[in-house]
Amino acid sequence: MATQVTEAEVRPSRVRRHRAAAPGEPPITPRERWGRRAPLLPALVFLIIVTQLPFVATLVISFLRWNALSPQTRGWAGFSNYKKVFTDPALRSSVIFTIVLTATVVIVSLLLGLAIALLLDRAFFGRGVVRTMMITPFLIVPVAAALLFKHGIYNASYGLINGTLTWIWDIFGGTAPQPDWLTDYPKIMIEIQLIWQWTPFMMLILLAGLQSRDPEVMEAARVDGASAWQMFTYITLPHMRQYLELAALLATIFVLQTFDSVFVITSGGLGTANLPYTIYQTFFSAHDYGLASAQGVVVVVGSLIVATLALRTVSGLLREEKR
Amino acid sequence: MTAAVAQRPVAVTDTRTRRKRRVGNALLGLLAWLIGIFFIIPVLYMVLTSFHSEADASTNPPSITAPLTLQGYRQFFGQGTNTSPWPYLANSVTASVTSTILVLLLAFPAAYALSIRPVRKWSDVLFFFLSTKMLPLVAGLLPIYLFAQKAHLLDNIFLLIIVYTTMNLPIAVWMMRSFLAEVPIAIIEAAAIDGAGILYTMRKIVAPIAVPGIAATALICFIFSWNELLFALVLTGVQAQTAPVFLTSFVTSQGLFLAKVCAAAVVVSIPVVVAGFAAQDKLVQGLSLGAVK
Repeated sequence: MATQVTEAEVRPSRVRRHRAAAPGEPPITPRERWGRRAPLLPALVFLIIVTQLPFVATLVISFLRWNALSPQTRGWAGFSNYKKVFTDPALRSSVIFTIVLTATVVIVSLLLGLAIALLLDRAFFGRGVVRTMMITPFLIVPVAAALLFKHGIYNASYGLINGTLTWIWDIFGGTAPQPDWLTDYPKIMIEIQLIWQWTPFMMLILLAGLQSRDPEVMEAARVDGASAWQMFTYITLPHMRQYLELAALLATIFVLQTFDSVFVITSGGLGTANLPYTIYQTFFSAHDYGLASAQGVVVVVGSLIVATLALRTVSGLLREEKR
Repeated sequence: MTAAVAQRPVAVTDTRTRRKRRVGNALLGLLAWLIGIFFIIPVLYMVLTSFHSEADASTNPPSITAPLTLQGYRQFFGQGTNTSPWPYLANSVTASVTSTILVLLLAFPAAYALSIRPVRKWSDVLFFFLSTKMLPLVAGLLPIYLFAQKAHLLDNIFLLIIVYTTMNLPIAVWMMRSFLAEVPIAIIEAAAIDGAGILYTMRKIVAPIAVPGIAATALICFIFSWNELLFALVLTGVQAQTAPVFLTSFVTSQGLFLAKVCAAAVVVSIPVVVAGFAAQDKLVQGLSLGAVK
């Protein structure tokens, strides 16, 4: 009942919003138009100054030869910084690892998140507790989580994984294998930590999506004798498509910018330097401002491609809301 | 009910399939529990280890039942090392809280102008805000650093506040727009007829109704600022260092440190956990930028 009331109250506002932009209305006076714009301006101006200007500067610097350690050689560099980004094997490997890392983390945590959301969508004893347990990893400060995984879990001599192996082997006898996880599988270890952190995010969005399915449609399908699998493929998946897209794209934007885990767990060693970490290093350790900027521009272009897709999905959801 | 069952084409709802379904449900519930426990184990282990002595924290296999002690916490708070974490925690609080307040002050009017009395092309503006969030901040790191160097703002908490405000403003505008869109327009029109000005309407009519949404927005912005590492690392030195940076400088090559690190991780994470659970109901709407209710 309560939901019906809010629905009825919200609808007119949406209609009103359409009318505000529609032609045929009595024209809005310039004074009124500025009155409407005024509240928007502080945020807009602030954001333009603080985000757009630095990007322009980055773009300019990316064409300069500028190393803070040898300031006298500063000058025009043309595309040489960009050439370096794509030809230097170390940089190329960081571009590739960025893509692999982002794709792995997003895909695995999306699938895991979907599976867990499906499990949590049904009633069982202690559902609220399990939901809380699932959210918690997302609420641990990323630096703290990375430190915990590096020292508390992955450490070869006293980490939780090898400790558990010792335990199991103690029960059955024999010497437990004690792999040095971080040295042997550095990339996978970073990915596991990030998957642990991002699965809750996926789960939250997907669970909300599952719960927004029309219960009447589900009931009708059940009455008509649809099997659980049929209901999943013909009703749930099509309904979930946009939620899956949204979760994946938002997570992609965040994971693409991963810095904390790489910085803490491996400090970019053993081939685990992704682009954000490489930019940090080029700028902070090598002081090559021109190259760091070119790397930054490459990341921006990569993000723009993802962002365009993301914006399309979000605007789809927005249109649906207006309907 | 019986009629509905009788209409089913597959009219085999005998006790055996029903029992099978119940067993299946129980098994799926069990599976959910197992996965939940698997995900929480690192956190539980962190909390447990933080209450162990350094010697007990670094055993193989782990000494789960070792006696509990506050040694790790005492060390984190500076016993024996003379480095107090309070300045760093205070810097984090200053940066996160101030930037969150700034974000709210900027985002609330903007969201108002984008949802309640929408300007023309409001959705274009909205997407401009979002697009700035999608460009990685790391690409702006260098110019911001150079600017700070020129303006003598390096190692100044004020600079971090500006950066965090920028970082969170787009998300806050989106979140708030979706919360404000739920305010019934009839109330605002009634206020307008009664002659309420725009400031009065914002403060006295819209804000009180949207309080839960504003609070959730604030909590999420707080979490993002509190967690931030990269800019804090680059833009601060001694004076303005925040808690995450302090955490990374905490691991030394000398001796055992796991209990101390776990204690530090727990202390630094507590504000985020509290904020996250406080915002739990609106967390999804916020994190999905208002696209998911």
